Amino acid sequence: MEIGGIRTQLISVSMMISMEVKNLEKWFGKRKVFDKIDFSLREKNSLAITGRNGSGKTTLLKILCGLIRPTKGEVLITLEGKKLSKEEWGNYLGLVMPDLELYGELTALENLSILSRIRGWNPDRDKLKEKIAQVGLKAREDDLVFSFSSGMKQRLKYAFALLSEPKILILDEPTANLDEEGVSLVTEMITQQKQRGILILATNEKSDLKYGDQIIQLGI
Amino acid sequence: MAIKSSSWASKSAWLLAKDLKSEFRNRYALNAILMFALTTLTVVSFSVGGGALNYRITSSLFWLVIFFSAMSGLAQVFVKEEESKTVYILKLVASPGTVLLGKLLFNLVLLLMLEIIIVPLFIVWMNLSVLNLWLFLSVLLLGSLGLACATTIIAAIISKSQIKGALFAVLSFPILLPLLITAIDGTRLSLEGENFSAGSSDLRLLISYVVVMFTASFLLFDFVWNE
Repeated sequence: MEIGGIRTQLISVSMMISMEVKNLEKWFGKRKVFDKIDFSLREKNSLAITGRNGSGKTTLLKILCGLIRPTKGEVLITLEGKKLSKEEWGNYLGLVMPDLELYGELTALENLSILSRIRGWNPDRDKLKEKIAQVGLKAREDDLVFSFSSGMKQRLKYAFALLSEPKILILDEPTANLDEEGVSLVTEMITQQKQRGILILATNEKSDLKYGDQIIQLGI
Repeated sequence: MAIKSSSWASKSAWLLAKDLKSEFRNRYALNAILMFALTTLTVVSFSVGGGALNYRITSSLFWLVIFFSAMSGLAQVFVKEEESKTVYILKLVASPGTVLLGKLLFNLVLLLMLEIIIVPLFIVWMNLSVLNLWLFLSVLLLGSLGLACATTIIAAIISKSQIKGALFAVLSFPILLPLLITAIDGTRLSLEGENFSAGSSDLRLLISYVVVMFTASFLLFDFVWNE
């Protein structure tokens, strides 16, 4: 392209999100949880993390979400080639894990609405209701989460995690506490996520490992 | 989902709304604070037995009731998030600054609600007449703000520890001592009917305390929250 005699080149900027993990290491006191974790994921990539109990699967996921700091190494998330600050990560991440609970004193709808507003989003009430209905909780949207069974809480966590159709979805034991219908819902969500963005899951279920294009085995 | 860039203050206001809604439904901190305050106030008023105390002792008792009531409830602001495992969802949706401001406002609202009940009761039961009401209210407001600032950051520090209650009192005492001494002196002056200029040095000290504590909290909180 010629502008005022100066030749410029239009650079096509990738609209994709990517995650790069470099030399990650985590210690709790004198106990090493894991070290030398390196991987790189782009849109439509997926990673399954497996390993025995206590091998650090959940710890690794928490580091990938920025919930805890690694002892060494770094996690980089870039969108359109621009590095995101840790405070921005939350806008592009969906997370479901047993260690993450929603507020029991709020209703299902209030949880989604208020947490979205704290995040800085402007939630559309109908969209929130639609998400709750998608996970099979339509009849309980105005009930306090405190009264939910563990399976229902797990479903609500999925509704919240998928609210913004996140670019990166991180799941810890994705089918824990779910009934058959819940498992098929999650399977569908995983399939959609694999077409939309990055999927990372930690599991001990051998059948779930098929969702990962790459597999990391911890605690060998 | 429409993503709009809400201001920091608006996000903190939503966090405050969330905490107030939760608090009014389970009264986790409110009951603890109120019961402690009423018990202490009753004991104090019965032991004094309507006898006239000098203003220094009266204002000391007044701030002791507020201090110990605050100790019993204000730490819950972060402890509750840790115990109910909601701390991770909060970390995911809010920046450290938003969390600190929201929690500080919640502690301040809780403290002011307590004072709305406790202050008139204290004045009536102790048979007091506040001769300089504006000085009294200024000291009370600034003292409460300082107390809320200090207890919020200390609550964040102790929330990950095993011995939360004891640690909260131990850490709070040296940090709050300058605030309490100043607030007690300012309250005494207001009870004695001194004018505003007599209490101005106490008010200046209280303002400085709030500014220092607020700034230090914001500088420290990122480390406390993410460790």
